[in-house]
Amino acid sequence: MSHFDVELDTSGLNCPLPVLKARKALSEMNAGQRLRLIVTDAGANQDIPAFSKMTGNPLIQTDEQNGKLHFIIEKGPA
Amino acid sequence: MAKKLAIIASKGTLDSAYPPFLLASTAIALGFEVKIFFTFYGLQLLNKELNLKVSPLGNPAMPMPVTIPSIIQIIPGLEWFATWMMKRKLKQKGVASLEELRDICIETGVELIACQMTVDLFDFKNEDFIEGISRGGAATFLEFAGDADVTLYI
Repeated sequence: MSHFDVELDTSGLNCPLPVLKARKALSEMNAGQRLRLIVTDAGANQDIPAFSKMTGNPLIQTDEQNGKLHFIIEKGPA
Repeated sequence: MAKKLAIIASKGTLDSAYPPFLLASTAIALGFEVKIFFTFYGLQLLNKELNLKVSPLGNPAMPMPVTIPSIIQIIPGLEWFATWMMKRKLKQKGVASLEELRDICIETGVELIACQMTVDLFDFKNEDFIEGISRGGAATFLEFAGDADVTLYI
């Protein structure tokens, strides 16, 4: 697992809350810092990459642990 | 240049209130500029106190624990029960409440526009609505929608 600076656990929350909370968390971070986002929403496999692509915050890593999706997103240049 | 999303919210039931606020808040998270134009029954979505309901009557696709014939659905309390059931389900499944999504829309800069004509039509009062909304008519919406990337009528 890659390193990360901030962790956000959205377990139990459904669409669109993981994306909305990820946006908020990233807005409080500096460029180059990494967010570990934990999600149980089954749609996140599609939604988080779309969010990452559209907002210019690269998705560094995706994996699944104990039925939860773990994403590492790097805050892009503003 | 930011993408633009223009939405017309024309319905005032609990289920129909979700898509405008849900898509608007997500679009902001994705970097869009968003305006929602509330008209007819959609104006209820701007009330300070959201008291929206959902009814199985005239809505045969609504999943119910037991099948209830339409003629029975007029009994008092059934709409209340269906609304209670839907709200409980939304909470159990970790779906945001409408109030929460609306607050996020307001905080993140979604422009909420009340259709002046329908406000007048229904004699709605300013003090019934939340703060910070603007007013406009068809031309106001079309000016923005004219160069929007996505336009939705809900």
